[in-house]
Amino acid sequence: MTELVLDVRAVSAGYGKMPIIKDISVHVDHQQIVTIIGPNGAGKSTLLKAVFGLNQHFSGEITFVGMSIFNARTADLVPLGISAVPQTHNVFSSLSVDENLDVGTFAAPPRDAEATKAHILELFPDLKDKLKQQAGQLSGGQRQMVAVGRALMSDPKLILLDEPTAGLSPAYLEVIFDLLLQVRDSGVSILMVEQNAKQALQIADYAYVLVNGENAYEGTGAELLADDEVRRSFLGGGGAP
Amino acid sequence: MELPGIAFYIVAFLTMGGIYAILCLALNMQWGFGGLFNAGIAGFYAVGAYTAAILTSAGSSAHLGGFDLPIVVGLICAGIASGIVGWAIARICVRLKADYLAMASIGIAEIIRLAIVNEEWLTNGSLGISRIPRPLEAFYSGRAAEVVFVVFVWLIVAVTFLVARRLQQSPWGRVMRAIRDNEETAASIGKDVQRFRTETFVVGSVFMGVAGALSAHYFKFFSPDATEPLLITFLAWVMLIAGGSGNNLGAIAGALAIWAIWSLTEVVTQQLPPDWATRSSYIRMLLIGLLLQFVLQRFRSGLFPEKSPKLRISREK
Amino acid sequence: MIDFINFYLIPGITLGSIYALGAVGVSMIFGILRFAHFAHGDLMTVGAYAALTAVWVLGIPALAAIPFAIIVTCLAALLADRLFYRPLRDLPTIYTVIASFGVALILRSIVQTVWGTDSQVYMTGFQKPTIFFDTFRIATRHIQIILATAALTVALHYFLSRTRLGKSMRAVADDPDLAAVAGLDTERIIRWTWIIGAALAAIAGVFVGLDTDVHTNLGWNLLLPMFAAALLGGIGKPLGAIAGGLIIGIAEEACTYPFFGDTLIAPSYKSAVAFVIMVLILIYRPQGLFRGRLM
Repeated sequence: MTELVLDVRAVSAGYGKMPIIKDISVHVDHQQIVTIIGPNGAGKSTLLKAVFGLNQHFSGEITFVGMSIFNARTADLVPLGISAVPQTHNVFSSLSVDENLDVGTFAAPPRDAEATKAHILELFPDLKDKLKQQAGQLSGGQRQMVAVGRALMSDPKLILLDEPTAGLSPAYLEVIFDLLLQVRDSGVSILMVEQNAKQALQIADYAYVLVNGENAYEGTGAELLADDEVRRSFLGGGGAP
Repeated sequence: MELPGIAFYIVAFLTMGGIYAILCLALNMQWGFGGLFNAGIAGFYAVGAYTAAILTSAGSSAHLGGFDLPIVVGLICAGIASGIVGWAIARICVRLKADYLAMASIGIAEIIRLAIVNEEWLTNGSLGISRIPRPLEAFYSGRAAEVVFVVFVWLIVAVTFLVARRLQQSPWGRVMRAIRDNEETAASIGKDVQRFRTETFVVGSVFMGVAGALSAHYFKFFSPDATEPLLITFLAWVMLIAGGSGNNLGAIAGALAIWAIWSLTEVVTQQLPPDWATRSSYIRMLLIGLLLQFVLQRFRSGLFPEKSPKLRISREK
Repeated sequence: MIDFINFYLIPGITLGSIYALGAVGVSMIFGILRFAHFAHGDLMTVGAYAALTAVWVLGIPALAAIPFAIIVTCLAALLADRLFYRPLRDLPTIYTVIASFGVALILRSIVQTVWGTDSQVYMTGFQKPTIFFDTFRIATRHIQIILATAALTVALHYFLSRTRLGKSMRAVADDPDLAAVAGLDTERIIRWTWIIGAALAAIAGVFVGLDTDVHTNLGWNLLLPMFAAALLGGIGKPLGAIAGGLIIGIAEEACTYPFFGDTLIAPSYKSAVAFVIMVLILIYRPQGLFRGRLM
């Protein structure tokens, strides 16, 4: 059984009066990882920001579990059950790991904060013995875990991730993707933008390719990986996955 | 008031208005061109005033000075002294966020005030320096002297204006604006941001010193109590923002307009019942404070908004 | 040595406590709203005069008038923010600095208009110092000020590290954009920043009046050492600002002690000490002693 979590219908959005994305449509179902890939400047991050109310919306409709959030402010979205993790500067570096997680509960207190935190530390055991450390002192991969952990603290139904593996080593990339699968299996939908397209498609339940701010291709991760056109243009050349 | 009275009221108005216009043009160099915040204008003004007073006044046993030098020499030295102070503070602060310069400039004004009050051998302390000459004093007296002085002040305003315009239109001015508007971009095309900022701060300080020197000649007497430092600093800011920061004509217009309003508030508060008359100067301050807030919120680009000087693109390749 | 403690160290700590309480607000406002608040000294002045009124009208001692001072000062700060700072929030912060300069003038001229410019005292008469171990003679008001500051420091530490609001404030100071993404209500946090900063400023203002006298330039004169203390402690680090305030207060008094037969500097240049410290910090360690947010 699938339940539609996020429905972006024909949305145009951008900055000032300039639309960057045009008539984009994206759907995210319950417990799905949906990946957006595409060349630089395709409007991937703009799409995430549009969903999260961080830029100008011109036309279209965005609904979240059936409610329109097209005109919602960011501060209203967190309590509704959407969290976001920016690409950079995504932890409070002078706060401890524990405090970073706490901040995640302030806008939308979960039913049982302690249980939620325990659950997140199960997912990210690396963080367990670093709770008192300042987040700024952690490695890039651990910071990414803190960032995702902070986003999960409000018990969201959907998290938006902007290039969660940017700047990470290939080894850590797998660790993070593996964690995202666990996050999904714990009942959270994920909409993410990724540069590491091939690996991202491997864990994606569904994926969209954006080009020049418009929908170009879509399909399950496996379908897109198998598509010659997509492979040639967006996955860095030849070979089957 | 009979007609000559009004005429000389206008002369007095234009004299102080002109001194403020110089101050305002100088602040425009620092803030309008360079985005450098100076909250210690009164300090530079005082350095200039005392330098000129010491160098040009007749001899006195109470303090250093009595060099009896020509007024023009005094003016130049006042500018140099103030410029040196500006250079010292700029060296430290121009690389930091504007707020730090603002905080440090409050400090420099305070140090200058302390030095003036305490170093009696130099400044005669709180008693001040008297017998400061005015230009061509030997030839004119009374009201004629006032007219001579206002002409002198406005000559200096004209010089300041020409220098400011020249700076603004020069390649130097364009780099300054580029730095003000986007420091990273300017730095990335290889401009030495700190050097340019230091220069603009120093040039502004020089003219603030000159304005101070002129006021010393105008009052013929200068002491720590001769001026309210905060008022000077504050009025200069209100004037520049109201006139249009970044625009030299705006700086002059703002100086005259705000000085007119400031002078008018005196007329208005004089009408208050006697109980309130003693408080009138505070009420005037309150009004000017509110005026600044109004200008900041509703009238930010000022009477003469900044416009970039036309690019003169050279034809030869 | 005993003389140093009685006449330099204790007054230095007292003065430092006053700087510290003011600097906390400066540091928090700089950290969260990102501008140097030039009207902070004048908030202290407002607090000192509000307490003076309560002392006159109700006949209570100055310390008991503190709640009244806090209420009036908080209202002044919130009103200033609503009327003069908030409309400029989206502009470069330097415009807000200019506005705060104007607010300083507005607050002071209101105080001058309402209360006049004569110096006032909360109470007249000589206070007998308390004598400890037959050697330490400490004025009662100094004991009160130092103990109260110590208690407030502990409370502030608890507030910032344990409470939801305190952590939210640190989060906003650390990264306002991320705080917004995390759904924190920035305007509410800004409101509380003003309330805490103004309350501490009011207390500091009353302490100045208790230690010396109440006059209309009281706060403006303290602006420089408070800025220096906030910079010394690292911007956005309220506890660092307290340490910075104490260091500057003690340094100012100690510099006038004849360590080597002669004083280090003439007492009349005492307030230059704060400036020298500020300049040294700006040159060598702009992030402050406690690694505040460098801008």
